[in-house]
Amino acid sequence: MLVGGIFVAGITGKTQLITQCAISGAQQAVEVSFKLIGVMCLWLGIMKIAEEAGIIRIISRIMGPFVRFFFPDIPRSHPAMGAIVITISANMLGLGNAVTPLGIKAMQELQELNPNKDTATPAMCTLLALCTAGFTLVPATIIAIRYAAGSLNPASIIGPTLITSSVTTISVLCADFLCRTIFTRR
Amino acid sequence: MFAELGEQLSVWAIPVLLCLIPLYGFIKGISVYEVFVKGAEEGFYTAIRIMPFLVAMMVAINVFRTSGALQLIVNLIDPIMNKLFLPSELLPLAIMRSLSGSGSLGMTTEILNHYGPDSILGITASTILGSTDTTFYVLTVYFASIGIRNPRYSVYVGLLGDIVGFICSVYICNLFFV
Repeated sequence: MLVGGIFVAGITGKTQLITQCAISGAQQAVEVSFKLIGVMCLWLGIMKIAEEAGIIRIISRIMGPFVRFFFPDIPRSHPAMGAIVITISANMLGLGNAVTPLGIKAMQELQELNPNKDTATPAMCTLLALCTAGFTLVPATIIAIRYAAGSLNPASIIGPTLITSSVTTISVLCADFLCRTIFTRR
Repeated sequence: MFAELGEQLSVWAIPVLLCLIPLYGFIKGISVYEVFVKGAEEGFYTAIRIMPFLVAMMVAINVFRTSGALQLIVNLIDPIMNKLFLPSELLPLAIMRSLSGSGSLGMTTEILNHYGPDSILGITASTILGSTDTTFYVLTVYFASIGIRNPRYSVYVGLLGDIVGFICSVYICNLFFV
């Protein structure tokens, strides 16, 4: 992507811009991670309490059978189960910033089960697929910007969004299942 | 009615969680403060560990966008879009959606202001924004935090989701609002 971009800029004579936007991109990245630090600390702190208090174990026991269908390789009552359930529910509620730390927590739990620390396991890929599909019940941010743009009915998109994200989630899960079978056979 | 309920749910979810979890921990006899700090410390190191990966990704995306390479791809796909009856005004947004969250939010705001939030383009753009998440950001952050360098097939699966989301948004919105 970087090489392609610079190549095109060279042809169109925008080379000067490249230096500028490369640097501003790097700065943005640091800003994003600094913003993340605060939320990460908050949520991982809260999650630690939930873990020690046994809340996560309770959740994974209740939701276990359902989640196990999508994540067959996670052992029963492993903390990863609970973390995955919490990530998915936060995603559904549209909690935005809170989702990332929770998802990372789930990934860390999954990493403990990973025999090859460099390479993603099928379970990680499934979780990622679910998160990138981003199934959300109420897209609060979008309703807010629609309201700001003077929409008469800012919430009118909830219906189509629900249908679309269901379709997306289902197709992503199917693709994930297909890829998993193909890649494990090799 | 449903929308309002859902919105209230989103608004209340975080405060309720922030209140209930420590309270439950306290009842269970856990030293809530110490445990919180221990967890928060982990959060700090994780966020720092992600930074180099984010720098690499955001520089690449920024260069890609400013250099006009994005526009080039838009121009290339445009004829195919027209054959499939997909509005080409929305193509840059569809591509940006998988690359950058703030970028696509900005683009949607632009579309809303330019075409009107209740126009079919405005509604479709909002649906595109709402129905998928920023694939590359999620991928980078989640995998970088645990040091995974080989994401295997998950990039393709994520991108497939974005494409399906885009096409589906266009057709569903046409069905609902035209």
